[in-house]
Amino acid sequence: MKRWVPLVAFLILVGFFAKGLFLNPREVPSPLIDRPAPAFELPLVGNDAASFSPADMRGKVWLLNVWAPWCVSCRQEHPVLMQIAQSGRVSIVGLNWKDRDREAAMLLARSGSPYLAVAEDLDGRVGIDYGVTGTPETYVIDREGFVRMKHIGPISPDVWKQKFEPKLKELGA
Amino acid sequence: MMDRIRNAMLALVLACAPCVAIGAATNDAAAVEAAPNAENPEIEQRMVRLAEDLRCLVCQNESLAGSKAELAEDLRREIRDQMKAGKSDPEVIDYLTARYGDFVLYRPPFKPVTWLLWLGPVLFLGAGAAAWYVTLRRRRAVAAEPPDAEKLAAAARLLKEDQ
Amino acid sequence: MIPELGHFALILALLLALVQSVLPLVGAQRGNRTLMAVARPATQGQFVFVALAFGCLAWSFLANDFSVLNVARNSYSRLPEVYRLTATWGSHEGSLLMWVLILGFWSSAVAIFSRHLPEDMVARVLGIMGLISVGFLAFLLTTSNPFERLVPAAPDGNDLNPLLQDWGMILHPPMLYMGYVGFAVAFAFAIAALLSGKLDAAWARWSRPWTTVAWAFLTLGIVLGSWWAYRELGWGGWWFWDPTENASFMPWIAGTALIHSLAVTEKRGAFKAWTVLLALTAFSLSLLGTFLVRSGVLSSVHAFATDPARGAFILGFLAVVIGGSLVLYAWRAPKMITGGGFSWFSRESLLLANNVILIAALGAVLLGTLYPLFMDAMGLGKISVGPPYFNAVFVPLMAPALFLMGVGPLVRWKEGSLPDAWTRLKWALGVAVVAAVLLPLTLDGFKPWASLGFFLAVWITLAVAVAFRDRLRHGGGSVAHRLGTLPRGFWGMQLAHFGMAVGIAGIAVVANYESERDVRMDVGSYAELAGYTFTFHGASEREGPNYRAARGTLEVTRNGKHVATLHPEKRLYNASGMAMTEAAVHPNLFRDIYVAMGEQLDEQGAWSVRLFHKPFINWLWLGAVFMVVGGFLAASDRRYRIALRRSELPRGLAAQGAGA
Repeated sequence: MKRWVPLVAFLILVGFFAKGLFLNPREVPSPLIDRPAPAFELPLVGNDAASFSPADMRGKVWLLNVWAPWCVSCRQEHPVLMQIAQSGRVSIVGLNWKDRDREAAMLLARSGSPYLAVAEDLDGRVGIDYGVTGTPETYVIDREGFVRMKHIGPISPDVWKQKFEPKLKELGA
Repeated sequence: MMDRIRNAMLALVLACAPCVAIGAATNDAAAVEAAPNAENPEIEQRMVRLAEDLRCLVCQNESLAGSKAELAEDLRREIRDQMKAGKSDPEVIDYLTARYGDFVLYRPPFKPVTWLLWLGPVLFLGAGAAAWYVTLRRRRAVAAEPPDAEKLAAAARLLKEDQ
Repeated sequence: MIPELGHFALILALLLALVQSVLPLVGAQRGNRTLMAVARPATQGQFVFVALAFGCLAWSFLANDFSVLNVARNSYSRLPEVYRLTATWGSHEGSLLMWVLILGFWSSAVAIFSRHLPEDMVARVLGIMGLISVGFLAFLLTTSNPFERLVPAAPDGNDLNPLLQDWGMILHPPMLYMGYVGFAVAFAFAIAALLSGKLDAAWARWSRPWTTVAWAFLTLGIVLGSWWAYRELGWGGWWFWDPTENASFMPWIAGTALIHSLAVTEKRGAFKAWTVLLALTAFSLSLLGTFLVRSGVLSSVHAFATDPARGAFILGFLAVVIGGSLVLYAWRAPKMITGGGFSWFSRESLLLANNVILIAALGAVLLGTLYPLFMDAMGLGKISVGPPYFNAVFVPLMAPALFLMGVGPLVRWKEGSLPDAWTRLKWALGVAVVAAVLLPLTLDGFKPWASLGFFLAVWITLAVAVAFRDRLRHGGGSVAHRLGTLPRGFWGMQLAHFGMAVGIAGIAVVANYESERDVRMDVGSYAELAGYTFTFHGASEREGPNYRAARGTLEVTRNGKHVATLHPEKRLYNASGMAMTEAAVHPNLFRDIYVAMGEQLDEQGAWSVRLFHKPFINWLWLGAVFMVVGGFLAASDRRYRIALRRSELPRGLAAQGAGA
């Protein structure tokens, strides 16, 4: 019996490797899931006098979309976000992450804004509170202010249909 | 022979000499001593020691201490700030894992899902020791044979086939 | 035209590899000498065509043919010629082609140096190596064609990754692959022996020199990689427990265990199942390493090919080759006759203990490397396993094996004597303990791990000395003459063990007593570290062939006396836009002074500079060099050459065998 041990051990390894080929090593689950969204109070892009806080969104299911003008894949998801915003399905709040050149207002004026509001996180501290590692990242936050889902990378129409829609339905949005 | 060994020892001892002698070097009076890059070297040292065991999240397998990535710099700044605010090392670690999960730790915590990771090496060694013991008991029981009989017989057999 | 020629040569090589594998294997099974005789010419032919393909790729790189995708991605018209040549194996495709080239080289070497082996053994060994070639050639041709054209051609290339523009990186992959792929020979010998059912001392003797040479190359490859990382990554680290490093380290551990197990099998006919399994394991881990690095299953510093199709292909190939060999092993294992018995204190038992520990350490490295994958695959979350884990687990596991390294070579086969070993080694043990206590005190304070390192280093060194003393006690002539008559196998082993001791001493010192400073240096300012004074004379612009650099000048003095002038650089590569830190190192036997430039801090020319004092770091490389030389010495031992000639006098030996 003993002589089959190496083979069995190896076959188990192969099973894991096969699974591993379809995993994305970049996709790191967020510990924030099912926890209250970290509170913050940040000025709005283009209007330093006004500010945004997640508390403002109580009672609504909403998306927090972390992006930056210098981020290329954010441009990829921009049209998808525009469509979502136009459909009125759910409100999207932008978190303008580490935009040192402060180009966000100009860019949004030019290409249109899918956002209800865009908060300005210049030094990236709020980003750290949300566990942001890069842009774009999108959080789904429910009526009670709990983070229910996090998506890393641009939202494509497929991702929207397969990942976001079911979650939003579940949350009653 | 003894000479060889003495020399080897001497080499070892001598080799250590340069690291011991730390004398204050004489300097040009006009020269200015370079300032450490860090504002607070003590905090910096603590931060680096902690960050060496943390992962730079956006790099591929680099520690937070060594990485030049922007996020790594931000996180180092955050760790420094926390330390300045009087947080202990475990508190800083908690702060980071609450945001980035255990993925940020290069030393995985000991909990049910990592029991196998931490105890595995001990299990391997235990299994090996058991295998060693069993083999030895069996081999000791084997009656002593003329040492090379089998080898030579095998070689002879082989060579016969070869002809 | 040349790239197409290379592509065509690869296809021909694949066909020849098919011939090389199928016909001789069938011939060996049926006892058909004509089919078996195909093995050698097919092997040589396959090697010639792979070499031709490799030459074509190298030519495309040297000629800046940017209509070849591979060249356009990994070269640059202003890249210095030597790096254009080495860029040939700088890409995924090119490095795989090199893999196949080296496999062809080893196969060819086996074909040439196997005149004394039975025909069916040669046919099987070359056939199996041919099968591996088939797999890799098919992989190259179907998923990673190095000659793929780019239409329209690029005006210029993207440049070779600046990290790879270094001597360490030029030599690291070929040496590493010589080791990885060299284990294919031991693997093929083991499979051939399993197929024929002739697992005997002769088999062990045949595969031993090949294994030792492969191991020596692997050692060299790993050390070159480490040396490269040390100088090139800019923060003076030399081992990171990165998955890619582990991928090369695991076959090394298995190979080390294999060398020791082969010694027992050759001398005593014991541990056959172990030896076979280790031979399969060493090469399987080489293949696994290739899979891990090439598939991107584990994120790593240099997982540069992340393509699921490629990963799936290698995994399938891996499953067939390793799975097949393990089935064969399980099927044939009961037929393995075990050799003679031995007592609990004998060289056999100590070597077995050594191997058990090595395998446990190997298991720990494998577990740590793959655990994140296990957890992810089972949906248990993501974790990272890094240096703190490996250091905590690996060092304590290895320490007992290193202790046994001192005892083992002094104990007799079959039945050793503990009182005798104690008499011979007790003073060595005493000296080692004293050294462990005192040596750290001569340095910067007592540190337990440094103390353990000194103990082991001194212990092994003294054990080597005792072994020489015992050997020299007998025989006539001067000491020098008697040293000369010692077999190379003995020299090789002792030198390799001594190299280990030197390496351990180096690691113990550098890991525990290195120091560094990160300072802001204005022009003319100075900083002190470990008794050295570093004065910064500013940085100037320098134009490199394919980069621009800020070149700093630092004068290093000690007690007012000039030691060195160092020129660290911060480079910006034109084509890729990558910034690189080119550290300046002033080495000597007892320390490196290592300086790396950070960022420019103001308009007056102040820079942030990192200064390192790395005591004994060079002992690490030196120890490895001893190990490599020891390996080559051992492999060149007379008795393997006698084995070469043995076929000329089969009757004499047969008679001797019958008489025993």
